Amino acid sequence: MSATVQDAPAPAPAPERKPEPDRPSYLQQVLDSTTTTVVVAILIALGLAAVLVVAADAASQDALSYVFARPADFFEAAWNAIYETYSALFRGAIFDYQAEGARRIRPITETMVSSVPLILAGLGLGIGFRSGLFNIGAQGQVLVGAAAAAYLGFTLDLPVVAHVVVACLGAVVAGGIWAGIAGFLKARTGASEVIVTIMLNSIALYLVSYLLTTAVLRQPGSTRPITPPVGENAMMPLLLGSQFRLHAGFLVALLAAVGVWWLMERSTLGFRFRAVGANQDAARTAGINVQRVFVSVMLVAGGLAGLGGAMQILGTDRTFQAGSAGSIGFDAITVALLGRSRPLGTVLAALLFGALRAGSPLMQTAAGTPIDLVLVIQAVIVLLIAAPPLVRELSVIHWAATLFGYDRKKAAA
Amino acid sequence: MSTMTAPDKPESLVPEPTTLVQAKVRWHGPVTAIVLAVLSLVFFGLLTAAGATTTFRVATGGDAIKIDDIVVPSRLTASILSVGALVIAVLALLRSRRRRPVPAWMWVVYGVLIFLALLVWVMAGNDNALPLTLLLTNALGLSVPLVFGALAGLLCERSGVINIAIEGQLLAGAFLAVVVASVTGNAYVGLIAAPLAGALVGACLALFAVRYWVDQIIVGVVLNVLVIGLTNYLFSTVLTANPQTLNSPPRLPTIAVPLLADIPVVGPVLFAHPLTVYLMYIAVAVLQVMVFRSRWGLRMRSVGEHPKAADTVGIKVNRTRVRSTILGSAIAGLGGAALVSAGLAFTKELTSGKGYIALAAMILGRWSPTGALAASLFFGLADALRRVLNNLGSPIPSDILAMLPYLATIFAVAGLVGRVRPPAAEGVPYKK
Amino acid sequence: MRLELQGITKRFGSLVANDGIDLTFEPGQIHALLGENGAGKSTMMNVLYGLYQPDAGQIVVDGQPRTFAGPGDAMAAGIGMVHQHFMLIPVFTVAENVVLGHEPVVGGSLIDLAEARRRVKAISDRFGFAVDPDALVEDLPVGVQQRVEIIKALSRDAQVLILDEPTAVLTPQETDELIGIMRQLKDAGTSIVFITHKLREVRAVADTISVIRRGKVVGTASPESSEVELASLMVGRSVSLAVEKPAAEPGEATFQVRDLTVLDVHGNAVVDGVSFDVHRGEILAIAGVQGNGQTELTETILGLDTPTAGQLLLDGVDLGGKKVHEVIEAGVGFVPEDRSSDGLIASFSIAENLILDMHRSAPFARAGSLSPARVAENAAHRVDEFDIRVRSVQDAVSTLSGGNQQKVVLAREMSRPLRLFVASQPTRGLDVGSIEFVHKRIVAERDNGTPVVIVSTELDEVLALADRIAVMYRGKIIGIVEGGQTADRDVLGLMMAGVPLEQAREQAAGHHTALAAADAVAQAEEGAGPAPTTDEEGTA
Repeated sequence: MSATVQDAPAPAPAPERKPEPDRPSYLQQVLDSTTTTVVVAILIALGLAAVLVVAADAASQDALSYVFARPADFFEAAWNAIYETYSALFRGAIFDYQAEGARRIRPITETMVSSVPLILAGLGLGIGFRSGLFNIGAQGQVLVGAAAAAYLGFTLDLPVVAHVVVACLGAVVAGGIWAGIAGFLKARTGASEVIVTIMLNSIALYLVSYLLTTAVLRQPGSTRPITPPVGENAMMPLLLGSQFRLHAGFLVALLAAVGVWWLMERSTLGFRFRAVGANQDAARTAGINVQRVFVSVMLVAGGLAGLGGAMQILGTDRTFQAGSAGSIGFDAITVALLGRSRPLGTVLAALLFGALRAGSPLMQTAAGTPIDLVLVIQAVIVLLIAAPPLVRELSVIHWAATLFGYDRKKAAA
Repeated sequence: MSTMTAPDKPESLVPEPTTLVQAKVRWHGPVTAIVLAVLSLVFFGLLTAAGATTTFRVATGGDAIKIDDIVVPSRLTASILSVGALVIAVLALLRSRRRRPVPAWMWVVYGVLIFLALLVWVMAGNDNALPLTLLLTNALGLSVPLVFGALAGLLCERSGVINIAIEGQLLAGAFLAVVVASVTGNAYVGLIAAPLAGALVGACLALFAVRYWVDQIIVGVVLNVLVIGLTNYLFSTVLTANPQTLNSPPRLPTIAVPLLADIPVVGPVLFAHPLTVYLMYIAVAVLQVMVFRSRWGLRMRSVGEHPKAADTVGIKVNRTRVRSTILGSAIAGLGGAALVSAGLAFTKELTSGKGYIALAAMILGRWSPTGALAASLFFGLADALRRVLNNLGSPIPSDILAMLPYLATIFAVAGLVGRVRPPAAEGVPYKK
Repeated sequence: MRLELQGITKRFGSLVANDGIDLTFEPGQIHALLGENGAGKSTMMNVLYGLYQPDAGQIVVDGQPRTFAGPGDAMAAGIGMVHQHFMLIPVFTVAENVVLGHEPVVGGSLIDLAEARRRVKAISDRFGFAVDPDALVEDLPVGVQQRVEIIKALSRDAQVLILDEPTAVLTPQETDELIGIMRQLKDAGTSIVFITHKLREVRAVADTISVIRRGKVVGTASPESSEVELASLMVGRSVSLAVEKPAAEPGEATFQVRDLTVLDVHGNAVVDGVSFDVHRGEILAIAGVQGNGQTELTETILGLDTPTAGQLLLDGVDLGGKKVHEVIEAGVGFVPEDRSSDGLIASFSIAENLILDMHRSAPFARAGSLSPARVAENAAHRVDEFDIRVRSVQDAVSTLSGGNQQKVVLAREMSRPLRLFVASQPTRGLDVGSIEFVHKRIVAERDNGTPVVIVSTELDEVLALADRIAVMYRGKIIGIVEGGQTADRDVLGLMMAGVPLEQAREQAAGHHTALAAADAVAQAEEGAGPAPTTDEEGTA
């Protein structure tokens, strides 16, 4: 016999996951934390926006032409432009120190008003992201929700509380169905929800545009594609009197955030949502019907987005037109991403972007900086937080930390 | 042990004939076509009011040969056209049943017949004549940005990078084309500049998707927001401040191809366009060959289908992806230039969702250049028809027509009109 | 070409996948590398092919030390590899796949398809492969796809061809053909490295056999060795895994599988008319080489697959076609084969994972609402009971070691009243301490009166646990034997290779002498010596 035999326990070794041998240092923890990433991302975005502001500022351009002769002029002009823009943004969004009396706090209430639809739609998208579904369709869901709320608002005539509740419910159902189409197609045919929801956005826009040309939505006797105003009882009650536009929708949005937190963290349905989002195979093995979860997630997400659309009509606009949804749906994507798909994060992100929205008109009138700067800030923030390693590479704090022995490679691993 | 012994020598050096794998019969397409043809027969043909007529105008302003308007009885014509389509659909079904592929020309003829039946029905009893040549010319013009956009998506996705940012690339291309053309006073210089803007957006996409493994859909969506924000901002500031120098681009001149442009109908439709249209012809033809027949295309597709396999034969996966993404995005930038080739001034969100339609065209065109061309032409036609009918008055609301591309795409991805199969490794970052 | 590996060591974190491997592949030989799953064979070949960089040691080609930065370098050095999972692009033609990466071109950049076809034909004809260069790879049977891989390697002038588990996916006929091809290649001067764990094939073709276990070369054998000898070399001798278990006291047969047939998407019977009974208080082990239908069998029991025919009777009720959660609620505990992909959700906390398939039911949920307190309380109990080493039950389960992760799965599945317990590869990848613990718990579950089904490809585990052993081969149960002392490892090994029970007994009896002596020696040492260690006790 030519075989040589060695004895050994039979089971073969395989990779085992071991807990990290050494805990990262406090400095590393701070630098790698989500909060730091978010803060640094916001700072970088504001910095980039400042560059744009200076680039478009006539005085700075003039000063730049002789920057080598008198550099101080350029920096002064640039500083003025940046300061005017951001101070106007602050006065428009948070606190107007130049106004008198109660009007001084009006900006912060406007920020809250703008954040309402963003919170609701962002919450819905966050649920989708955590459940592994890329719902790009909040825009369409917001739009059909707004249309449904408006329709129920002006066709029905119901008592005080009932009307607004019915109109909101109608919006939830409409948004839910609109998103549910994508969920159903994904569950039944495997169709990518990304493509389907993108397509449904456009279909929603043309559908409401069409309905606005018909008797269904158009104000009788008008040729303009706009609905009649919704009934008084269908409007969200104002919270701080008629001086402010802040309406009860803000409370609804906060309640929804608490509700979504409960759903995702405390309910069995949310447990299944998260399980499917984290590992479909394990979820299936644990007896979770993955297909049904797809549909449920989209129904809930669409319902929230639809409610967001309702808030736009019942809280502020009163009438509905094809542009009522603005870019809420797309902004909500950035809100959900910035908020890390968590309810609290979403609320904070929506307040931030709501503030940018609310402050931008004053920024435009007072400082002459176009509203569109806000979109740039928003996009840059979200791009950066999606790539934490990039933020680390870009951040000055990081460079400073490197001097004190912070190891980037170790942190990235 | 006997089963384990193999012949010591190969029994034959001549290969046995390989067994043919029975392909699955593809029912979806022909059956859908038959149903549509029957619906067309009933609605466009039989239900049309008797005695109504439809008028087509083929002539355009400066034709050498005068062609009179064509007046046809609506019901009979639509019915005949529908029956013709039905016959082709049945032939296709028979071919499928014998597991033979249905040639593309059959579907083209089918589509033309159904489309004509639709036109006859739409214009039945309408006093105006339908300007057919104009319709087709406009359709081609409108489809050009879509073709470039779809080609862009195709190049990125064939290499495994999902490009949702086509919209942003078109917009960036259009912006730079307008500004450069305005500054230089030469539309061709703008045409050269546009791809650079698209490529820049593509480079961002590649950076985030390939280097940082950020979800490609997120990057795409956010890049769109970023480009919209940037172009809006620059439009509101510098362009609005200096409209004469920065936002009044010259028109890209129309080039009539000698001889070909004089052919009735076909000439004005195909051969009297600005340079962008001819570039589009070239791009589709070249890419069709290059993607499927060249070394470059083979490697690009291998990276999008099975990156690990490509890696094991020494192909640099990520480098290939970055290059394809930037090249594709540059082509989308060119599409942006095509969008403003008529000398349009830049306006906010000029692209108005065309990038998403281009994405749809790429999917409907099954990730192939000629397919993208066909789908874009279909969408361009729907758009042109919408515009023409808006002026003439028609039974179809224009918003419903505008929905068509999106509905068609949903049907396609849900597998109702044949299966679409994206590149297998699309959207998955390659990590060694 | 003479190829040597000198002291190759490759680590993944704390795991040493290859530990100082020394091997020499002589030109024109078929060198078999025999070893079980996870023994480190594939890692070694990936080092050789430039896909991994070794942590120590070097590769020597014809006396020259070489470093391979990537597969390109390895190919340039004349090494070709046929991967276990084919590296072919399904939507490409055979010719396109073969030339990918070194394409012949005409006109600057267009692929010269005529030349590509010619290359395929040339190799194809030389070895009598019937491969159509224009066929799409995805339309080809697996066996033909493998030939495409071989053509791919040969078209790059490979002088050493590595075949990684080439027969794992082949039918017996295709295996025969492959063996013929390997002989031809050898005659043509190509060296072949044949990685496998299948004994009969090794004996049929190999010139040299090296056995790898736990990342080390533990021995060499000549092809004249009997299958029985090879089997014991590869599987090794059990040292410390004997489970202290009282004799089974089987009750009535409460789980009955009747003529179960399951078809895969292609319509092949992956489970083919399987019937067996499991009694209360009994462990039935299903032994067999990976991929013989065990996975499909267990997934069908759980309801992940639907049976095409036959019944799965639990207490007289047919489970076939029921939904997964219905099966779980019927009292079936299930430990999936791959815990990280199917058994656990890595990002979920330990506490959440401990209720994964019970999250709807009391006491954890009431009216759709989860009680974090009860979930945590449950976790505290389980962690205690199953000795799971955790910092906090709220930590993600991915922070645990493999052994503790598996304990989480077991703890969850055993924490409710069971009427059937099914565990697939319950100790794969675990350290010895964890293995012992898992085995004890399984025996305890049996002693509770639960019918237990264990699927394992590890013969030692089967022998340690089973009261009865069913061997599965190509979707069928090839025979059922009694477990315990009476079970003959050699007979089982032969049955796993597809030899029917009676024949296997005859063959084993004929070859038994030498090994029986070795067995006796080993057993004597175990009985007399101190507590056996987990280290390898070299006798070579």
